[in-house]
Formats: sequence, C-alpha cells, structure tokens
Amino acid sequence: MTTITSAPVREVAPPVGRRAIPRKVQAFTFDDRLSLFGSLASSFALVTIGYDHLLDTSGIVGFLVCWYFVFLLVYAGVLSMSNTRALVVERLVTATLYAVAALVVFALGSAVLYTFFQGWHAFVHFGFFTHDMSGVSPTAPLSQGGILQAIAGTVIEVAIAVGVSLPLGIGTAIYMSEVGGRWSRLVQTVVEAMTALPEILAGLFVYVTLIVDVGLPKSGLAASIAMSVTMVPIIARASEVALRIVPRGLREASSALGASHWKTVRKVVLPSARSGLATATILATARGIGETAIVLITSGASSFLTFNPIGNPMNSLPLFIYTAYTTHEPVAIARAFGAASVLLLMVLVLFVATRFLSREKGVAR
Amino acid sequence: MTIVGNGSPQGVQITPRLPRRLTPGREPSDWIFHGLATTVGLSVLAVTGAIGLFLGYQSIPTLRHYGWHFFTQSNWLPELNQIGIAAVLVGTAEVALIAMFVSFPLALMFALFITDYAPPRIKSWLVSAVDLMAAVPSIIYGLWGFFLLQPHAIDVARWLSQYLGWLPIFHVDTDPNAAVWQQSSYTGSAFIAGLAVSMMAIPLACAVMRAVFDQAPLGEREAAMALGGTRFGVARTVVLPFAKGGIIGGTMLALGRALGETAAVLIIISPEYLIKARILEAGTQTISALIAANFGDATTSQLSALLTAGFVLFLITLTVNTCAAVVIRRSRSGASTDI
Repeated sequence: MTTITSAPVREVAPPVGRRAIPRKVQAFTFDDRLSLFGSLASSFALVTIGYDHLLDTSGIVGFLVCWYFVFLLVYAGVLSMSNTRALVVERLVTATLYAVAALVVFALGSAVLYTFFQGWHAFVHFGFFTHDMSGVSPTAPLSQGGILQAIAGTVIEVAIAVGVSLPLGIGTAIYMSEVGGRWSRLVQTVVEAMTALPEILAGLFVYVTLIVDVGLPKSGLAASIAMSVTMVPIIARASEVALRIVPRGLREASSALGASHWKTVRKVVLPSARSGLATATILATARGIGETAIVLITSGASSFLTFNPIGNPMNSLPLFIYTAYTTHEPVAIARAFGAASVLLLMVLVLFVATRFLSREKGVAR
Repeated sequence: MTIVGNGSPQGVQITPRLPRRLTPGREPSDWIFHGLATTVGLSVLAVTGAIGLFLGYQSIPTLRHYGWHFFTQSNWLPELNQIGIAAVLVGTAEVALIAMFVSFPLALMFALFITDYAPPRIKSWLVSAVDLMAAVPSIIYGLWGFFLLQPHAIDVARWLSQYLGWLPIFHVDTDPNAAVWQQSSYTGSAFIAGLAVSMMAIPLACAVMRAVFDQAPLGEREAAMALGGTRFGVARTVVLPFAKGGIIGGTMLALGRALGETAAVLIIISPEYLIKARILEAGTQTISALIAANFGDATTSQLSALLTAGFVLFLITLTVNTCAAVVIRRSRSGASTDI
C-alpha cells in the first residue's frame, strides 16, 4: 500500500506579494549599489570642478586623493539616509579596505610592469642575452654588448651559495628539531640571531677577512660565501618550522614499527615536510639572486664573461644594474632596466615554482 | 601459527617462546646520523657565532680610539680623523620610521582585507601577491622609487612643505611657493627612500598579520556574527584583539628589515652627514648606505670603523628581531598540530 504524502503540499498556492522580505544578511542590494556608484560619480564631478577649476591645484596624485576623501564623505552622507550607523561604518571600512588593497596591488604591479616596460628597449636586441660587455663602452648603443656575463655570474654565485647553504641549513634544522641535545637550544638562539644580520654586514665581513686580511682577489666565490652566511640562518629557521609541523604521531608510528631514527627521519619526516623545505629553499634562493649589497662589496664588476668563480672578479645582475645606474647615462640605464627585467624574470620563475610545489599537496601554506 | 601448550600433537618439538629481546640503544646508522647532524649543527653554531664575535671584536679598536665621540660626532671625514655615526644613526632611524609609518596601516588593512573582506575567488591571488612582493629584489624597488615614484613624490613633498612647513619635520630650506620651484631640494630625501623601503616592509608585516588573523578562533567569530555584528564589528571585537601580538611582532620584523635595507636606499638618497629632522629635504644617510659607499677606498682603520657602524646596526636589528620573536611566540600559544 502506498500513500502519496507530498501531493497535497504542492497544491498550496505560494504566498503572493504582501509578505515583507527580510533583508538578506550581508547582501549587496540594488540600493547599496546605487549609493556606491552614485557617490563615486558625484564626488568625481565635484572634485573635477573644485580641484581643477576653482582651486589653484594640479597633479594626478592630489586629484585621486581628493576624489577619494570627497567620495568617503558623500558615501557616508548617502548611506546614513537609509541605514543604521553600524552598517554605515561597515560600508565605509569596506570602501577603505578595497582602496588599500588596490593601492598595494597597484604599487606592486607598477614596480613589476614598469621594470618590464623600461627593459623592453634592451630586450629587442637578441645580442643583449648572448654577448658580454668586454670592449664595449657603457655609452655604446644597445645593439652592442650585452649582459651574458652578469647572467652567468648570478647563476654561478647563487648555485654555489645554495650548494653550500642547503645541506648546512637543512642539517642544522634536523639537528635542532630531530636530534636535539645539550647545544640545540644555543644553536637555535644563535641561528635566530643571525637572521637579523644585515646583508651589507655579511658582505663587509667577508671583504675584511678574505679579501683584505687573507689577500684573496674579489671573486664570485667570496660573494657566494657571504651569501651563504645570510642564507644558512634563513634556510635553517624556515626548515625548522617546516619540520616542527610534521605531526609527532607520524614519528611515533614509524618508531613503533621498528624503524631506526635515521630511517624515520629519511622516510617519514623529510618527505612529509618536503613542500615546506622546498619553499624555504626557493625563497632563500630568490633572496640570494636579488642580493645587491653583498655582490657590491665582494665580487667586483667584470665586463667580460667568466665561468671561473675563484681567481677573478665576476659580475652579477644586481651589481650590473647598480653600476650601470651610477653612470646616469641613458643607454646604461636602459641596460640596467634590461638586466632588472631578467632578474625579475628569474625571481618570477622561482616564485611560480614555489607556488606549484606548495599547492601540489593542497596545502595552503 | 604454532600451538603451544598441553594439547600439542606428539612428535612436534616444543620450544618455549622467549619474548623478542629488545635492543635499547642505537643502531650504527643512527650513530652516524646523530654524529653528522650534531657536527653540522655545531659547526654552523661555531661559524655564525664566530662571525658575531669577530664583528664585536673588530669594533674594540675603533671604540677605544674614538670613544664616546663615535656616537656623538656626525661627520664621516676619515682624512680629518673625524668619524662618528650620530648623523647616520638618525638617518637610519628616519628612513625606517617613515617606512613603518607608511607600511604599518597599509599592511594591517591589507591583511584584514585578505582574511575577512576579500571575495574567496581573489583571496589566494592576494596571498600570492604579498609573497611576490617579498620576493622582488630590493634593487628593483630602488629603480622603481627613483624613476617612477620620485617625480610624483616630490609634488606631495612640496605640498606638505607648503601647508605644514611650520612643523620642523616638514620644513624645507627653499621657497615652496616660488613660481619655478626648486625640484632638486626635494629629491633624494629620507621621505622618498622611506617610501621605497616601505614596499619591502609591507609584505613582511602583512604575511605575519595575515597568518595570525587566520588563527582567530572561528567560534568567537561566529558568535560575534550571530549577535548581529558586521564584518567590521567582528574584526574590531574578535580578530584584532586576538591578533594584537602578531600585529606588534610583524611590525617589528618589518622594522628590522627596514633598518638594514641597502640597495634601494643607496639608489635614492643623496648622501649628507647632518643631523636633521627635515625629512622632506634632499640629503640623508643610513648606516648600510654609508658602508656601501665608503668601503672601497677605506684603510684598515676606516674599515674597522665601518665594521663598528655595521655592528651597531646589527645590535639594533638583533634587539628588534628578538623582541618581535618573543611577542609573536607569546601570541601563538598552543597552536601546534598533532595526531
């Protein structure tokens, strides 16, 4: 025997009109939209007349600032006609936060886009990437010479620095978080303190000890050593955080299955923390690539291509940018922006790699 | 499976099963592993500790030679034997404070926007934008500040000195109302350098603040919502009080970074060794820019003086960072993951 229970319900006619529809919580109604765009338009009109025609003022920055403040006033007035005070405050705060977000994103975007835009003059010359500056005067046109020596120098210096600081940094992190011991607390304190070391001081330290006291020439290796001094604490601390958040239950499970400590670390802890370790390494690498203060002091700017990091000066992208900038020649500055674009591209590639690695396991960092 | 007991069939040899002997103590591989990790940890400790001690040791001769004057003398004239860091200390503080003054509200509001206001679709993009901002090399911010920002910033600086010039910090020693105003009096100032440095301070502070805002207890957020609070109400009564420690800690971390910044400052400022409060006026100097500008033709004693200046900077950033670490650690009590 079957009974149909739903049929009678269907027959009830839906209530038509009349019923007061409650305002949806946090919804942006038509009224809200009108007051927002209306305020924007009216404040724009007001400021255009007042700022450009009535007052003796000019300039795009001032105009935008004035427009924004007049907008806030008008918006507050319009909203308070039909809303509670709490809602007016909420809308004003929202408007402010959107403006701040737009400002920050605009600042970042303008820095990135401006660099590429200015670097375009140098980018169109293919030789810019395949030649070095040996025998080319800084004022020579862009079709002569290039930044190959700086690209090669940056890659070699950063590769050595990462090769040195990655095992040391992760090894220290493993010592601090996995092995422990009498000294681990002190290691932690000192490593944390050394992350505060200004880069310029690391460079000066290497300059004074290796170049002035020992008498080594300015070289890529000296720059790599100074970079390692700043990178080891960064990698060690970030890796330690990545290892710390591996749940202790995993380690205990591995030990309970009879694995030795070394096996536990190698097969359980390190793989679990892989994305965190990779992020730490790549961010430290990005810092190393952009390191200006260190290469300025320790590496010496060569104009020729060299793959030998030991005996002779070695140029690098940040150093090339800085030395080209200090000449204040338009051509040299165009080259500086070309080199800056290459530098930014390298950082962007590393950055996308970081995103990819940290998203791989669905971890939102 | 062997059956042990009285019911076992005849002919099967019964051996009493002893419990497996546990071997406390380490396996050989563990000895090697522990030894290696300890060696790495201690050698890093030795090297980094030695660097700190070396810097401290190097500054003894300078401090002995110049004494207290090293901190009160504002000139840096090695050929006249006048060396002091009074002016560069003030300059460093000015640039860093301007950077913090600009970046603190921006970082705070941007972090709040990301956690509480941004539509979910763009939230992850904004998080990426903050990380990217931290990864952009400082020399690029320097070029940006010099070529793109400065032409606009000097207009703002002139406006400030026009209307607020009666305040000592906004005063500029030139006539701001002149028909053809002296643009070069406004370029290369601590103000513009501070703006460029704030681009590096924002992402550091913002990342810490965002992480702490995200940890604000969901129950309390929902409770505030259920009581009829707006998003701002929730932020004001739940999120911001909860995250007070993270806000302070993140700001101090950013301050530590701003104090030690070299490349951007070096590009923007025009060096001048003068103790002055006029932040809009051309000319200032910071410790790191001082080192970068003077190491090249320095004698041994001058290098020692530069190292001393750097060591003073290191002590300041160390203090700031340590305070930040303590504040952040306190604010995150009990935030651990465990199965």
